[in-house]
Amino acid sequence: MAFSNEQLERYSRHIILSEVGVKGQKKLLNAKVLIIGAGGLGAPAALYLAAAGVGTIGIADADEVDLSNLQRQVIHTTPDLGKAKVQSAKETMEAINPDVTVNTYRTFVDADNIMDLIEDYDFIIDGTDNFPAKFLINDACVLKGKPFSHAGIIRFKGQLMTYVPGAGPCYRCVFKEPPPPEAVPTCKQAGVIGAMGGVIGSLQAMEAIKYIVGKGDLLTGYLLTYDALKMEFRKIKLPKIKDCAVCGETPTILKPFDYEQAECDMK
Amino acid sequence: MKLTVSGNGKEYAEGLTVSQLIVAENVETPEYVTVSVNDEFLKSGTFDKTVLKDGDSVEFLYFMGGGR
Repeated sequence: MAFSNEQLERYSRHIILSEVGVKGQKKLLNAKVLIIGAGGLGAPAALYLAAAGVGTIGIADADEVDLSNLQRQVIHTTPDLGKAKVQSAKETMEAINPDVTVNTYRTFVDADNIMDLIEDYDFIIDGTDNFPAKFLINDACVLKGKPFSHAGIIRFKGQLMTYVPGAGPCYRCVFKEPPPPEAVPTCKQAGVIGAMGGVIGSLQAMEAIKYIVGKGDLLTGYLLTYDALKMEFRKIKLPKIKDCAVCGETPTILKPFDYEQAECDMK
Repeated sequence: MKLTVSGNGKEYAEGLTVSQLIVAENVETPEYVTVSVNDEFLKSGTFDKTVLKDGDSVEFLYFMGGGR
């Protein structure tokens, strides 16, 4: 596949980077990334991946755009209110970059659909807002051997880690089980500064891009935490757990399952 | 003794357990925090039996569920 003159110009700032170049840009154009959740984290991740020329981007979300979303979900605009989030996200991504094919999945991800959903993708971004979904994505990606970026945000804090099969610990190595419902505050209850999604979601896009072009060090075996009030980033080393229920030596979780926990209605 | 807690050097009295450190450091939602000492995770239920030693490095890892 040869680049058109337009593509050479569009991606010139990438192509000039020795770590990306023509070869890396071709990898991006051939890559498939699935973003689960078109919200605070998923919106900035989707914008940067589309702009970067990731050739196929899947986006999964069951909700419609709500006024309270617009404080942070920068892929949606005021005229999009009431529209399916995946449709709104698709329109914005295609407007940014016609090179990108956007697949939309207007559904909540659950144990019945996740394995099929992630099947065709090279990298998955967890932009969900509740623990059952985060554990489900972890388990499915471990079981299917798919790399993914986990992230969470609340108030003025955020954190992320990257799982690569065979290369380091999974989310369940760090957090064995979801906390009981209501034990840990959600963004709806506790609030979240809008730009936090921008910081952490952009870092998730960065991890996906580095994974695709095969350059640099990923956050495998590390949790990167960000405290905006202290303006402090910390990279905490994560050991791999031999007896992890899903990625350990003798796993007990052999297929994905849903935790019975009310979904956080964080619109 | 000197501990490194979340990257910061701190002085604490000898014999301090992880449970006592959690109280002293005002850790949020202490029932659900993951603790690592010198880059090894502690099993839950062992915090009150784990006595810290001079030079130990302790990290608290918190659940963060938001994102959408």
